Amino acid sequence: MLMRPLVALKTAITAAFTLFGVAVVTFFLLRIVPGNPIAMMIAPGASEADIARLKADYGLDRSIPVQFWIWLKNAVRGDFGTSISTHRNVLGLIAERLPATIELTLLALVIALALGIGAAVLSMLSRRRWPGSVVDNVNGLLLAVPDFVWALAFVLLFGVAFPILPISGRVDPRLSYDFATGFTLLESILRLRFDIAANVLSHMLMPALALALPLAAVILRVLKAALETETGQDYAVLARIRGMSRLRIVVQEALRNAMIPTLALTGVQFTFMFGGTVIVERIFGYPGIGNLAIDAIVNRDLPLIQGLILTFGLIFIVINLLVEASFALLNPRLRHG
Amino acid sequence: MADPAMEGAHPATTPVRGETRRRLARLPAMVAEEPRVLVAGGFVLLLVLVAIFAGWIAPHDPQAQDLMLNTLPPAWNPRAEPGYLLGTDSLGRDVLSRMIYGSRVAITVAFVAAIGAGLIGTVLGLVSGFFGGFADAAVSRLVDIWMAFPPVLLSILLVAVLGASLSSVIIAIVVIDWTRFCRVVRSEVVQQKNLDYVDAAVTLGATRGRILWREVVPNVVPVVLVLLSLEMGIAVIVEAVLSFVGLSVASGLPTWGGMIADGRQIIYQAWWVFAFPLCLLFLTVLAFNQLGNGLRRLIDPLSRR
Repeated sequence: MLMRPLVALKTAITAAFTLFGVAVVTFFLLRIVPGNPIAMMIAPGASEADIARLKADYGLDRSIPVQFWIWLKNAVRGDFGTSISTHRNVLGLIAERLPATIELTLLALVIALALGIGAAVLSMLSRRRWPGSVVDNVNGLLLAVPDFVWALAFVLLFGVAFPILPISGRVDPRLSYDFATGFTLLESILRLRFDIAANVLSHMLMPALALALPLAAVILRVLKAALETETGQDYAVLARIRGMSRLRIVVQEALRNAMIPTLALTGVQFTFMFGGTVIVERIFGYPGIGNLAIDAIVNRDLPLIQGLILTFGLIFIVINLLVEASFALLNPRLRHG
Repeated sequence: MADPAMEGAHPATTPVRGETRRRLARLPAMVAEEPRVLVAGGFVLLLVLVAIFAGWIAPHDPQAQDLMLNTLPPAWNPRAEPGYLLGTDSLGRDVLSRMIYGSRVAITVAFVAAIGAGLIGTVLGLVSGFFGGFADAAVSRLVDIWMAFPPVLLSILLVAVLGASLSSVIIAIVVIDWTRFCRVVRSEVVQQKNLDYVDAAVTLGATRGRILWREVVPNVVPVVLVLLSLEMGIAVIVEAVLSFVGLSVASGLPTWGGMIADGRQIIYQAWWVFAFPLCLLFLTVLAFNQLGNGLRRLIDPLSRR
């Protein structure tokens, strides 16, 4: 049992309320501003009759609260309407693009954890010597510079100056693939097509690294502070006196305790990283939901925008719930909060 | 309530205004301890001056096109043309002049948007933290909802809805980023409110409004200053993202993000159109960030190692 039923219920209600709030804010934002949403929907040169027909089609001739009620009723049944620019089902379109974003963010998370934990342990073991101070200085830089700037710098560095990685797309079009799912990387590995997997990875490496660096910096800072606290604790000092090596104390003893605050913060920061996919996917022409969202806004595709923002909101809330649940799992004292 | 008796009574928990004044007197010595405040602050000041005097500094009209002189390389390249220090873009416009004029948009957005977000967030944070109850519950819920939006997506959406313009960019940043101030100020106020000196003020018969204004606000100001500097860096990035996507000021007016987007199209033929504005963006963000973190260390000795 992770949480007591009452706590779980309260958390679920809060989450549902937040998601409802996101839906309301998005819906009214898109409609209250003058000239919208019809101005966002029509193609240039549409006739009066076209506009009127469009209005009726989308129920826009009714009052805004009624419109919201209709939209909500459909949304609860899983119907988010039809995309205006592609004439396809919004949910289907999002489901098609979501796996690419999930693979990208998970790869970025793995890179961030590896870099962050590795650097923190390295800098703990070599305090007051050069690796430690290098790590500290690099970390200041990593904390300051956002994913957008990293992504552009990588395009310049690994795409143009040293052209070793592709700067756009998800897989080389010459590699034919007829995959059953959108999880291209995972599926190509499972089907033992390592040539495709390597190609997909080479496309994902730069965007994933750009997303990972700011997160790695946060993990490093928090984990290092926690490790410093832990290695000052009685049990660590005692172990040192009894002749245990510094490496063993840090890796076997202190790391486990220090990971609790680190993982909690990683979860929170992970939601920020998910938000960062919007612009990073755009820069690398990566076919995920972030890129789709910018297309939707540029094309003024109202139902798709609404569906995508709700998707992002849902992902944020789910990640936060998972973080809280895993926090309770890691730290028994919080289980009955 | 700057009662000397009070200070004597609670020496450890009495961060009253006398302390702030004493800190100000120590400012030069403290800046020497944190030289990056000086370096980063100097860079920001230089950028502000460049933005103000762009008309005098820029060697060329940033809009002037000359297709005969398109994609000229920077000065150290043998193919370079004298007078175009950092080369020209695909329309033959001077890259350096466009970067100089681009600082106007960046600096305007940085200051106006950060101050706007700071004002709204600080006021809501003060009210929510100090008065608690319904106001606190309402503001906290609003912050929760706000945090569930991906900020980049929301800013693009807001500017698309409002129409691309400088004021839309500023409004979008204020609307999105007030939560950064609100959350920090609220927790700071809650912390201050529970300190002994506030209890003492209540005992002495001070009204709530007086405690808020004379005791709590002055102690929140330093944190807000740090956040302001950090927010300016964020605002510069958001503006660059928006102009990169083509949603900032009217087309033609130079912005760093717009230049980077233009450069992205011809990156294999003329890397300098992409690289120089990116470097400037990088340095600017770093400067605001180092300024903010340096100020944080000066204000809060506990964060120093």
